[in-house]
This record gives sequence, C-alpha cells and structure tokens, in this order.
Amino acid sequence: MNPIINLGPHAAFIIAAYVVAVMVIAALFAWITLDHRAQKRRLDALEARGVTRRSDRSIEKTA
Amino acid sequence: MSMALLDLANPSRFLALAERLLPWLAGVTALAFAIGLHLAYGAPDDYQQGATVKIMFIHVPSAWLGMFAWALMSIAALGTLVWRHPLADVAAKAAAPIGAAFTFVCLVTGSLWGRPMWGTYWVWDARLTSVLLLFLMYLGLIALWRTVEEPSRAARAAAILTLVGAINLPIIKFSVDWWNTLHQPASVMRIGGPSIYPTILVPLLVMALAFTLLFVTLHIAAMRNEILRRRVRTLMLMQAQAAPGSRS
Repeated sequence: MNPIINLGPHAAFIIAAYVVAVMVIAALFAWITLDHRAQKRRLDALEARGVTRRSDRSIEKTA
Repeated sequence: MSMALLDLANPSRFLALAERLLPWLAGVTALAFAIGLHLAYGAPDDYQQGATVKIMFIHVPSAWLGMFAWALMSIAALGTLVWRHPLADVAAKAAAPIGAAFTFVCLVTGSLWGRPMWGTYWVWDARLTSVLLLFLMYLGLIALWRTVEEPSRAARAAAILTLVGAINLPIIKFSVDWWNTLHQPASVMRIGGPSIYPTILVPLLVMALAFTLLFVTLHIAAMRNEILRRRVRTLMLMQAQAAPGSRS
C-alpha cells in the first residue's frame, strides 16, 4: 500500500468532509465529558451541604 | 430477560452498569475505527467517482445513524407514552443531540461529495430536503426539551412530536425510488443484495459498525449525564422546599 495517498483532483472535498466529521465528533465528545463533570460537581456540592435523596438516606440508615 | 430489563429501569442500576460498560465500549469503538479507517484508506477508487468514494465511508454511516437515532427516539416515545418507563424520556433526550450531529455530518459530507460529482452542493429534491427536515426536527425537539422546565410535561410533548416526525423516516428511505433525484438509489440495503463491490463494501460496513459503536457509547454517556442532571434538579427543589420561609 502506498503510504502517501493520492486523492486525485477532488482531494480538498474529501479532506474537508473528514475534517468536518472529526470536528463534530470531537465537539460531541467534549460536550458530553464537560457536561458529566459539571453535573458531578453540582451533585457533590449539594450532597456536601447535606441535601440527599430519601433513597440515599434509607441506604445510610440500613448500613 | 424481563427481570434484567426491570433492573435497567432503575436509574441507579443503569448508572452503575454505565460506569462499568463505558470504558470497554470506548476501547472497542476506537479499535473498530482504527480497522475501518485502515480499510477505507486502502479501498480502491471507484471507476466513476474516483477517490471521492472515500467520502461515502463517513457520509453513509452518518445518514444511517441520523435515521437510527430518530427510530430509537420513537421507540422511547412509546416507552414514555404507553409504558411510562422511567428511562424512556432520558434515552430520547440523550439521543437527540447525537442524532442531530450525525444528520449534520451527513448533510455537510453529502454536499462536499455532491459538488465534484453533481456540480452542485445542494438541490431541493426529496432526499436532500427530507434529510434537512430531519435535522430541523432534531433542533425543534432539543429546543422543546430546553423550553419546558418540568421534565414530565416536556417528555409527553416531545414523545408526541417524535412519533409525528417518525413519518419522515420512510420518506427519507424511499424518496430516491418515489421521486426523481440526483441522489443514487439504495446500494447496500436493497432487494437482491448490495450492489457495491466487496473491496468498497467491507470498509463501509466496518465504518458503519464503528459509527454505531460510537453512537452507543455517546448515548450511554449522555443518558448518564441526563440522570445526574435530573438528580441535581430534584435535590435543588428539595433544598428550596426545606429553606426557611418556603411555603411547604
């Protein structure tokens, strides 16, 4: 296999298509990762202030 | 089997399962993409379209997933309206931005493929217009979920809108058969089997598998985030009710 790929006269269109796909997938990944961190941080802050769900409190009692 | 499904209906159990599954899913997805991209790199040029056929390896899986996500949301909509499954709305809401993103990739890569092959980025034919409509419906649904603050009210409205929008899926699929279009007819999922030569078909199917695994990974992660978001909301409401001066 030739290590340098020849994309012909329409190389710019092919490269642009792959760049767009990579950028959109990277943006999705970043959004989901940052959103997870934000929700965890908010949940931890609430629990640190003693605000917990009833189901969590019943688990603590039985433990 | 039904007990396993009931277990998954519990958000806490789902979170625990998601934490265990996500690293493995991410690893398998990365492996599938490595193999798929290697095969796509080595695939021969098409005798008519030349190297632009390489755009197909991202365009077609994106199109499939844009439609698959809406089909998944339609099943979840039934789960919300009929069975009142606790995770149904979570699954639908988490799938919408991912489905929108894949539909966007489908539209942009299709335009970039169309310009050198058809001589234009866009035509208002049935296939392209119905896919654009799918993208706009995704945006509408996302806006609806963001506008209605109460999750149960938003869930019901979104479920109805999703089921109405599902009418667009067969229109997208069969638009190339029903109306005149620049877009080529189905060449993989068709009666009589695929019409693509295996040297191009195999990389396409591996890339489709990689994209599907990526969708599953992102969807489970987004569902996990949505469950956490709803927990935060519940705790903040509890905090507000417990605050001195609150009516309850």
